Amino acid sequence: MKKRITAIILLITKLYILYQNWIIKGNFWGSLEIKLATSFSLLVLLLLSLIVFKPKIFLLLKEKEILYNSWKEFKKNKGGLVGAIIIILLIYLAFCAPFVAPFEPDQIDYSNMNAAAPTIKHLMGTDDFGRDILSRVIYGSRVALGVAFAAVFVNAFIGISLGLISGFYGGKTDTIIMRIVETWNSIPFILLALAIIAALGKNIINVIIAVGLTGLINFARITRSAVLSVKEKEYVKAAKALGGSDYRVIKKHILPNVISPIIVIGSLRVGQAILLVASLSFLGLGVQPPLSSWGTMLKRGQEYLIQAPWISLFSGFAIIITVMSFNLLGDALRDALDPKQIE
Amino acid sequence: MFGYIIKRLLWVIPVLIGVSLILFGIMQMVPGDPASVLLGPKASEEAVETLNKRYGLEEPLHIQYYLLMKNFVTGNLESIYYKTTVIEIIGQKLRATLELGLTALVIAVILAVPIGIIAAVKKNSVFDYLSMMLATLGISIPVFFTGILLIYIFSVILNVLPSSGYGGSLLTLEGWRHLILPAFSLSSILIASTSRLTRSSMLEVLQEDYIRTARAKGVKEKIITNKHALRNALIPVITNIGNQLAMLFGGAILTETVFAWPGIGRLAVTAVSYRDQPLVFGTILVLSFLYVITNLIIDILYVFINPQISYS
Repeated sequence: MKKRITAIILLITKLYILYQNWIIKGNFWGSLEIKLATSFSLLVLLLLSLIVFKPKIFLLLKEKEILYNSWKEFKKNKGGLVGAIIIILLIYLAFCAPFVAPFEPDQIDYSNMNAAAPTIKHLMGTDDFGRDILSRVIYGSRVALGVAFAAVFVNAFIGISLGLISGFYGGKTDTIIMRIVETWNSIPFILLALAIIAALGKNIINVIIAVGLTGLINFARITRSAVLSVKEKEYVKAAKALGGSDYRVIKKHILPNVISPIIVIGSLRVGQAILLVASLSFLGLGVQPPLSSWGTMLKRGQEYLIQAPWISLFSGFAIIITVMSFNLLGDALRDALDPKQIE
Repeated sequence: MFGYIIKRLLWVIPVLIGVSLILFGIMQMVPGDPASVLLGPKASEEAVETLNKRYGLEEPLHIQYYLLMKNFVTGNLESIYYKTTVIEIIGQKLRATLELGLTALVIAVILAVPIGIIAAVKKNSVFDYLSMMLATLGISIPVFFTGILLIYIFSVILNVLPSSGYGGSLLTLEGWRHLILPAFSLSSILIASTSRLTRSSMLEVLQEDYIRTARAKGVKEKIITNKHALRNALIPVITNIGNQLAMLFGGAILTETVFAWPGIGRLAVTAVSYRDQPLVFGTILVLSFLYVITNLIIDILYVFINPQISYS
């Protein structure tokens, strides 16, 4: 019952936001970001109304025993739950930024130029150009999450491939790959990212590449050890004996068994990636202005620390909350999915 | 044991060569003609040609690498932006970075280990909850934000410490006054993870049989914690400090930028913004060398601290 009431409240809030944007402002299908926001809103609407009107559909999920058991374990950890809720909220904010943010991120309020203090109109104040900080923080979540997820995807793809190859073939291939990965890891990761950006130049794609190429060792090592533990099992041998190609055996029989430690590492890595992207932006080498990102806002805020501390404080808090949520989620997932395999 | 140490020492050589090869490989990713990228679009043809000759940019890759390393080691590698040799510039900045890094390391160890021990001994007390909450927070705070918060509190509001810059020699009070804030913000990363790990490893050790035996014999609780438990609990902590050093080296870049600290980290950032490839190569190589060597020292210390494990 409690869940249903929450869902109804969320549904009403969502409908109100949509009423404001679609009917009053006529913001329905304009630029790409509004299209994204509208499609995402429809999805949220569908999900919420399913929870309210047809909750039985979700019972199907309960029948999958593994999923249900890990969910039960996961629910015990309050920190992980809080982290997950904040992350869902952040993803919602990132997609629906044009519907939720009170102002455009680069809209200048001429009556509040030169970093005005927080008021009711500008809840977090304005920056030195008179731009609303709250809106910029909300839009910043797009950059932070988008770049971090993309970077972790690159990271996971390369790291997992290396780990799979190394664990599956063993022998010399294993030694060579792991030695290369270890050497790669002996350059501190911010330095590695700096070197890559120095070579490729500063822009958002290069930030993704740079962050995606650091810290490969986490994914590679975890995957490799997981592969080693399942490689000698009967079903893998049987699949090989039946004439399955290496690619098929890896994809169908090994990868599904190593997925849970990868999910845990993945969620911890997203937090790390957000920190790294923010650090690069703070150094002026990551996301470039006028795109609003938390790191760049902090950098500008530092120059106005005496007159307008709110510029840097709020963007800093946004980073802390996001990173902490991913860390909490990662820890909770680790406890829920498989504690032994990861430690 | 000495065989292990020698083996470990020798292993550093291929790692260092590997690091320089990786950096060289990354430098090759520069799109277009490297000389014109280095000198900018307005460079004259002559300048491009001199540079090409100087670094052998038209030679095959292995000769380029050889020339780069030879120039770097003999101190002939020249920065494009500063117009002096890379070794010389790094030499001027190395001291500030080492002072900052070592002070941060010392602060972290002095604070984190006792916090972890007290939290473990007084498990579930207010101190335990409070310190572990702070530690969880500490892992998630970007080090530059810690720096900004410290500046805001101690320089802007309280106005007791300088907000940035280098105060000169550490023999003077001014030098220390300038060092405190950067060193504290840099050490915050290490304090958080080290105190968490000290606590959990201490808790684990305190449940061992030999601790119970010591208690049964009537040994004082203080001696049990300080003598029997701590020694074994510190082993994973030291490994962790080794692993976290990468964070410390990376964090040094950010801390130096926040506090305008004239170290190698800030030099690396300047070099990257000007796309001064020789200087980027030099600074990152030196910082990575430092990292590899500190890790080596920790690995060797490990041998002495942990006599249970046989190295052969």
